[in-house]
Amino acid sequence: MSLSISLTINGQPRAVDLDDPRVTLLDLLRERLHLTGAKKGCDRGQCGACTVLVDGRRINSCLSLALSLDGAEIVTIEGLAEGERLHPVQAAFIAHDAFQCGFCTPGQIMSAAGLIAEGRAGEDPERVRELMSGNICRCGAYKGVTEAVLDAQKVLTDMAREDAA
Amino acid sequence: MNRFDYVRPASLAEAIAAGGPGSAFLAAGTNLLDLMKGGAERPQRLVDISRLPGLDAIEWSADGDVRIGALVRNADLAYDARFQKAFPAVAEALLAGASAQLRNAATLGGNLMQRTRCPYFYDVASACNRRAPGSGCDAIGGENRLHAVLGWSEHCIATHPSDLCVPLSALDAVVEVEGPHGRREIAFEALHLLPGETPARETALAPGELIIAVRLPAQAAAFAGHARYLKLRERTSYAFAVVSAAAALRLEGGVIQEARLALGGVAAKPWRARQAEAVMAGASPSAETFAKAAEAALADARPSGENGFKIELARRILVRALSLALEGTPEETPALPASPFAPISGASDVA
Repeated sequence: MSLSISLTINGQPRAVDLDDPRVTLLDLLRERLHLTGAKKGCDRGQCGACTVLVDGRRINSCLSLALSLDGAEIVTIEGLAEGERLHPVQAAFIAHDAFQCGFCTPGQIMSAAGLIAEGRAGEDPERVRELMSGNICRCGAYKGVTEAVLDAQKVLTDMAREDAA
Repeated sequence: MNRFDYVRPASLAEAIAAGGPGSAFLAAGTNLLDLMKGGAERPQRLVDISRLPGLDAIEWSADGDVRIGALVRNADLAYDARFQKAFPAVAEALLAGASAQLRNAATLGGNLMQRTRCPYFYDVASACNRRAPGSGCDAIGGENRLHAVLGWSEHCIATHPSDLCVPLSALDAVVEVEGPHGRREIAFEALHLLPGETPARETALAPGELIIAVRLPAQAAAFAGHARYLKLRERTSYAFAVVSAAAALRLEGGVIQEARLALGGVAAKPWRARQAEAVMAGASPSAETFAKAAEAALADARPSGENGFKIELARRILVRALSLALEGTPEETPALPASPFAPISGASDVA
């Protein structure tokens, strides 16, 4: 089988030739496409720093073979803002001091974007904490993360309402 | 990770033809790639089944049986409204497992086929009869406070890590399998094997066989009003069970007509507690009945190391799970699914 795949990454169609089937989506993004926003923390699906959206769903890119995702639409932290205008989740993370060192932050933000799209948390901080538990923050910024997710969710809900009106 | 050939068959028949010795089926890869990165698994060929057509549906028969395709993702099954209503303990177990990211990727078939999280199985420098038959078992006499207390042998004391499999065992699920010699069915309880003298043989699947679906009978939905999953873990979320339990009751006129009970985290397979079920059949649902059931469920338990505490813990988790089931299935899945520490939640969510 050919090791050529096509992906849409942050809205851009990309043809990718792989010389090795072992390449994970995370390694493809970081080492070959130079999108280093998604981080390699544990590389074993335990820390969430590599979280990206694949066909709209948040997953651990370190546990996903790039070849297996042929044709998929990927959104990384680099694709979230619109030009200079931050995505509401990014803005909320700044407003709520939802990080210290920042290493886990791209994964936290992509996970939060996925969580809000899933729409399972309501306004319950406990549900947000549970649904964000796949993202570890060793600085312990969890309080700010929870507040930021709830705040961004409200902003995005209001924006969707305005769009509908 | 070792080098491997990668093939992506277009049909189930092609996938079966590509399977066999040296091959591993790849779905989401959330467990397989992890094992390969550590060298515990070294397949020569990966057969990517993640896009095989027809294996990602949740189908209901006219009489209420449900057939779940092997490629249905954990999150999709857990949040399916009809499934959640009919089999709430299964949905709660799904939501108590892993993280949201992993649940978005991981598949039903992969969950059933996932491997033990025994650290000695993962560590290729350690002796492990499950990974390398005949090499010994470093868990025996090692760090083993989380290991098996039921059904273990002197060759292996590993546990099966799945949450989902615990209520599936309790509710008499059936596993549909396809292989080089055609299609067959396996009763859920017969799918996973105890270690005995051959811990490397983990399931009843023959080489090259592939799980294609799991069915739950309509009768299992009769427990929907009184069905819970309870999971004690070492942190509030995103951890494997120390001990877990699925408990389901069918009550009539204040009497238990039928009870279903299974334990997780205690053995190399989801542990169906049939003797405990028999104790409860026809009894009144009292603390005394539940205590007797817990005694019966753990009657044969013995520590495999520094894990004697799990026996008493399992008794208490069983009693608590049964008490919760008696109270009734909550309208909505708790904010912390299956957690003994779950607070009362005010937010709305799918029931």
